[in-house]
Amino acid sequence: MSVVTVQLGQCGNQVGHELFDVVCADAQDGQRKAYSTASCERFFHQTTHGADLVARAVLVDMEPKVINQSISRAAKSGRWRYGETSHFSQKQGSGNNWANGYCVHGPRHRDMVEELVRREVERCDRLAGLMAMMSVAGGTGSGVGTYVTQCLRDIYPSTFILNHLTWPYGTGEVIVQNYNSVLTLAHLYKLSDAIMVHENDTVHRICSQLLNIKHISFGDVNRVIAHQLGSVLQPALTADSHGVYSRNPLGELVSSLACHPEYKLLSVSTIPQMPSASIAYSTFSWPGLLKHLRQMLISNTKMEEGIDWQVRPTAGSERTSSLTAPSFNTSLANLLILRGKDVYSAETGAFEDPALYTSWLSSQEAFNLWKSPVPFNKYEKSATVVSNSQALLRPLDNIVGKAWNMFASRAYIHQYVKFGISEEDFLDSFTSLEQVISSYSQLC
Amino acid sequence: MTQSVVVQVGQCGNQVGCRFWDLALREHAHVNKKGLYDEALSSFFRNVDTRKSDSRACGVGGRIQHLKARAVLVDMEEGVVNEILQGPLREVFDSTQLLTDVSGSGNNWAVGHMTYGSAYREQIVDKLRKAAEHCDCLQCFFLIHSMGGGTGSGLGTRVLSLLEEEFPEVCRIVTSIYPSAEDDVITSPYNSVLAMRELTEHADCVLPVENQSLVDIVNKIKQMSHSGKPGSVIKRDSAIISGRGGLSGPEKPFDAMNNIVANLLLNITSSARFEGSLNMDLNEIAMNLVPFPRLHYLVPSLTPLYTLADVSVPTRRLDQMFSDAFSKDHQLIRADPKHSLYLACALMVRGNVQVSDLRRNIERLKPSLPFVSWNQEGWKTGLCSVPPVGHSHSLLALANNTCVKPTFMELKERFTKLYRKKAHLHHYLHVEGMEQSFFSEAVDSLSSLIEEYNHLDATKRRLMPDAPRLPIAR
Repeated sequence: MSVVTVQLGQCGNQVGHELFDVVCADAQDGQRKAYSTASCERFFHQTTHGADLVARAVLVDMEPKVINQSISRAAKSGRWRYGETSHFSQKQGSGNNWANGYCVHGPRHRDMVEELVRREVERCDRLAGLMAMMSVAGGTGSGVGTYVTQCLRDIYPSTFILNHLTWPYGTGEVIVQNYNSVLTLAHLYKLSDAIMVHENDTVHRICSQLLNIKHISFGDVNRVIAHQLGSVLQPALTADSHGVYSRNPLGELVSSLACHPEYKLLSVSTIPQMPSASIAYSTFSWPGLLKHLRQMLISNTKMEEGIDWQVRPTAGSERTSSLTAPSFNTSLANLLILRGKDVYSAETGAFEDPALYTSWLSSQEAFNLWKSPVPFNKYEKSATVVSNSQALLRPLDNIVGKAWNMFASRAYIHQYVKFGISEEDFLDSFTSLEQVISSYSQLC
Repeated sequence: MTQSVVVQVGQCGNQVGCRFWDLALREHAHVNKKGLYDEALSSFFRNVDTRKSDSRACGVGGRIQHLKARAVLVDMEEGVVNEILQGPLREVFDSTQLLTDVSGSGNNWAVGHMTYGSAYREQIVDKLRKAAEHCDCLQCFFLIHSMGGGTGSGLGTRVLSLLEEEFPEVCRIVTSIYPSAEDDVITSPYNSVLAMRELTEHADCVLPVENQSLVDIVNKIKQMSHSGKPGSVIKRDSAIISGRGGLSGPEKPFDAMNNIVANLLLNITSSARFEGSLNMDLNEIAMNLVPFPRLHYLVPSLTPLYTLADVSVPTRRLDQMFSDAFSKDHQLIRADPKHSLYLACALMVRGNVQVSDLRRNIERLKPSLPFVSWNQEGWKTGLCSVPPVGHSHSLLALANNTCVKPTFMELKERFTKLYRKKAHLHHYLHVEGMEQSFFSEAVDSLSSLIEEYNHLDATKRRLMPDAPRLPIAR
């Protein structure tokens, strides 16, 4: 039923805020009542006065500026707000240092954060799961975020935990971002049920090429991420939900997609994406949308422009390791979510083609479909695919490669050792991720 | 929100410090229209109600009563500090924050470091502790001093090691003014090299500034404003050397140069004080820019130097600002980072600049900037929404670059010229606690620092292969 979101660090709090904005606006958009109710129940609780929507969220950061901003902007919107006591901040940040976040700040503030999450969880009639939102580049989102995920896993061993990660631009936002990313991913892989990733570079391209935004700000990037996340998490009818909106969205997401512990990385593609001014003038057809989305999936493009139509599924025996040649993106499992008008007439057979999938899973098990007759976020028809595939293989390999090069010269290591992370810990993390890379490369 | 304490030592340190406080007040007055004592102000100022008998500090949120700088002023002669106390900034400092003596250090590092260092140790620690206690969450000490003299150089570095001893967890960012080659203090090479060793060992980051570069920048601006070319009128108050709008009256001789350094400090702390879409805290600076503990010398460059008053001048300004940050005319030491090797680079942008502008410019400039092989994308970026006074946007670049090597090598040469002849050595050795070994150890420390930079430079031309990855059993 209800999802409790933990927003960690500057990025987690900024993206989280946009997400609540999107889902609230979408839910209240004069929609069908069942959809509205389900959506509000999922993301908000209503105060005793009944008028206020209060987000089911806990905001955590080691310095106060961003949280203060998020809270006041939400309140200003008039439609929803954050709980008055649902946030925790300190005076001084984690200094982009994963070790500082994980070894110092995390343990120091563990009790407070756990208490805040507990309170939110208790407010839920029925908990569908927890979603932690963070970036991997900095110190708090990555370090404290990992520690908090660990604590939550301990306290709620049978609850679904989805980690939403924002990967930074390849050309640094933070110089030690690759170290922080490696440490985060290696640890989360053992703790999380599924790791959903958005990359700043990719979203930036969507902003510039599809949305035609001239001066792209982080706000623009975050709104695209929020739109895509919203299209996944808003209520939908699933195969198991028997005609009502699913009450177990995170559980169904995880069990459809993350069926093997070695494969937990999920990427998201949405179609259409266009400047909001143009939406009214566009018409969409399901065949057109699905054709493009399928090709986006198998050629690993996240945009409906510049799709490589030459990429075709090859027979299993001909598939080579995908690190060397850009080629077909093999999927382990896919979740297709359709929202909008005439959704029941949409033909999704092309996504069930066994050629898209790895050989050891049947396409009936690998392909899952959710539908909602309610249009999402002003788009008359929209389709999203959440994919457990090789889409993130190359970016992950790049991150690990750069981190490894830096590690070879031992640069910046003294900054981590200072707070309690040793070279051994680094080596363990590298080893784990090489294993993940190897598993995904061999998917065929 | 965190607080920082500024420790200004010696004549130069105090003069620069004075300009810093003046410009800080100006900046906050510009931004803080309601007269409320907010978080941003509290990072450098206390709010004290002097009417109350115990003069206790007021918390954040109330009206501004009386601002007191979070500072400790140290000088071994009284002239400069007295001038400050008689000038318009007198209300900003409390007598308990000052430490002065009468006779000065005679341009002798040993007198500053040993004699005064020992004599005043207790008092210095006491004043530092008091300043720290006034802070809710002390993040950083900013030490401002010059390298060539006696007090700033000697006592300043003594204070630095006291800071490390007493407050090991608080970041120490040192702004050091290096003497030019034509410095009129003959023993400045001795003082500088002796101080360098302390900086290498005890500071978290050093921002070296050379007097000659400041002079060049001042001349450039003056030339620009006097050239009389159409479209070249500089907007009032926007020049980086201008102190107008602050409390002080007519400008004194070194004010223009000191304003540049003051602006450097304001810009470095801007993201910690004001909001932005990508915050950069002070502890992130050391984390990202110091890959190896001793290599913590960060070359600063500030742009723009001024804003033209003529608004019809087309806006290639933003991209030009980024290009300028890497030109050798804008560096605060005499160095050319573009032709040396970058270990890491931080760009702190203020004002109405978006992440796309930042990215576009990094993409544009990256190919011409040599980065060390293991840090090809070694950029740390910060976006603060509040621009400095008189500008719509500005950029501070901090480069950890091997271009500091020539500066250090020159310094070592000047030192060796004197040391070979044992010139003036007796003045130092006469001081109690001072031994010849200090000299040899200091120059050794400098030599090995230069060697480390050499080592990195050697990798510049070579195409370093990627380290072989961990093999995984398939």
